[in-house]
Amino acid sequence: MASLTPQVTPGTAPGAAPAPAPSRPGRPRRPRVWRGAVLLLAAVYFLVPLIASFVFTVKAPGQGFSLDAYGQIFSAEGFGGSLLLSLGLGVATIVLVLLLTLPAVVAVRLGAPRLRPVLEVVCTLPLVVPPITFVAGISTVLRWGPDYLATTPLYQTMIAVQNPDFPVVLVLAYVVLALPFAYRSLDAGLGAIDVRTLSEAARNLGASWPHVLLRVIIPNMRSAMASASFLTLALVLGEFTIARLLSFETFPNWIYRISGSQAQVSVAVSVFSLLITWLLLLALSSAGARQRSGS
Amino acid sequence: MRDSRTRSKSRWAAVPLLVFVVIVFGVPMLVLLGGTFTKEGTLSTANLTESLQGAYLTALLGSVKISALVAVLGGVLGTFLAQAVVTSRFRALREAVLTASGVLANFGGVPLAFAWIATLGNSGVVTTTLGLGQHGWSLYNFWGLTLVYLYFSIPLQVLTVVPALDGLRPQWREAAQNNGASTWQFWRYVGIPVLTPALLGGVVLLFGGAFSAYATAQAMVGSTVPLVTLKIADALTGNVLIGHENVALALSLDMIVVAGLVMAVYLPLQRRSARWLR
Repeated sequence: MASLTPQVTPGTAPGAAPAPAPSRPGRPRRPRVWRGAVLLLAAVYFLVPLIASFVFTVKAPGQGFSLDAYGQIFSAEGFGGSLLLSLGLGVATIVLVLLLTLPAVVAVRLGAPRLRPVLEVVCTLPLVVPPITFVAGISTVLRWGPDYLATTPLYQTMIAVQNPDFPVVLVLAYVVLALPFAYRSLDAGLGAIDVRTLSEAARNLGASWPHVLLRVIIPNMRSAMASASFLTLALVLGEFTIARLLSFETFPNWIYRISGSQAQVSVAVSVFSLLITWLLLLALSSAGARQRSGS
Repeated sequence: MRDSRTRSKSRWAAVPLLVFVVIVFGVPMLVLLGGTFTKEGTLSTANLTESLQGAYLTALLGSVKISALVAVLGGVLGTFLAQAVVTSRFRALREAVLTASGVLANFGGVPLAFAWIATLGNSGVVTTTLGLGQHGWSLYNFWGLTLVYLYFSIPLQVLTVVPALDGLRPQWREAAQNNGASTWQFWRYVGIPVLTPALLGGVVLLFGGAFSAYATAQAMVGSTVPLVTLKIADALTGNVLIGHENVALALSLDMIVVAGLVMAVYLPLQRRSARWLR
């Protein structure tokens, strides 16, 4: 770049030399117009669908304003069941992903730094592999299971895992999908505290390793764990691909099913679910802000 | 000695995670690979060949085309929006846009499709208010899907690029101005080169997001736009000729290869841009 500068300056110098003085007072104007136009366009593009969806749900044909569609959400067939299923799957996924990731992240920081690249690759792979290809693999395993494993105890496990009341197979798949997010937030949270000093101090005072993890490290990582949990919950509540292709009726699949017969209700639920995501993320960012001001 | 004991013990804490990933993620991927290369019990590349022909090839190319378009458009528009926000003096505006981006970048799937159908679908609010139907407007095609995909792609680009734009020091701009550089020259020789890794990294993320999107497309266009994710879902739910079930697996492998190649560009870029974010 140093070689470019001389080429540029001679050509522009005659014109540019007087330019700065008159351009300075006018300078802030142009960016402001440009910025206003960009922000206005963005506001139109992002707000119109939200407003239009809301209008769509409250405008009953020939009746004017009505909030009926929102009332119908709760009485619609399948709403409670599918929402409870999704929430249950979310909680199970959060518990499992934290149980698996937290010890691994702590171990890599404290004693096994050579495992870090391995862990990083393992926790990036699910981002590279699209969910639909993952479910293609899972459904093939589940389809082949009966052919090859019919005589082994694994067969019973495979049946149990697909119990439609609580499909454990979805929890397992969601843990894989949530790994990258959980790993990143936990690793960042751990980076913000001095784990080595804290754990050595606790060990010198006679605490066992589980004790160190439960009473020293985890309380210091509350906000990182909360952020990992929120991201996981948002992911599970919105996941459609895997649940649909394995034919389990989770919340998004229920919205999809009712859209054919009750268009207004399905849009109302969509608006509603966006609102829930807003609240989750607002809680998340305010928790993060509190953590930052606290430390 | 105590140290080495701790070290070997701590390695065990990572084992459950690795075992879990090998079983839950590794086994399906191995089966996917195995299934791709078997046809009626014998080793063959017939599935892979079939997945790269005719309607399947059209779908794969369709997915690549829409993802590339969304990535480039979203990348450019998102960067402009991010720049508008970063240079703004209003702190509240910045916070609001960043929070909204965080939400909207996660607003995918079925709800997103329905929000747009309610807006610009055949009986959508904007369509009926402006009478777009008479002018031949339809949301259910390639361009409509692009418009919808941009809705979560632009916010994602904003989130990726804002830290890099923040890293663009005002001193660099002042130095360039003192040396007589115009705004265009500043961007051409200082701004864009510094931002390139972050910008391209964002574009790659957008490509990946649009490429693997299934829920939105399924809920919005059904099968009127040929996309590889829709084809895989079709084949998995039994919508293929007998004996051709493994084409879904071959298509999945095609997808993983494309996504993997694109990600291979991203990872070194991310490392380079991390240097500027400090």
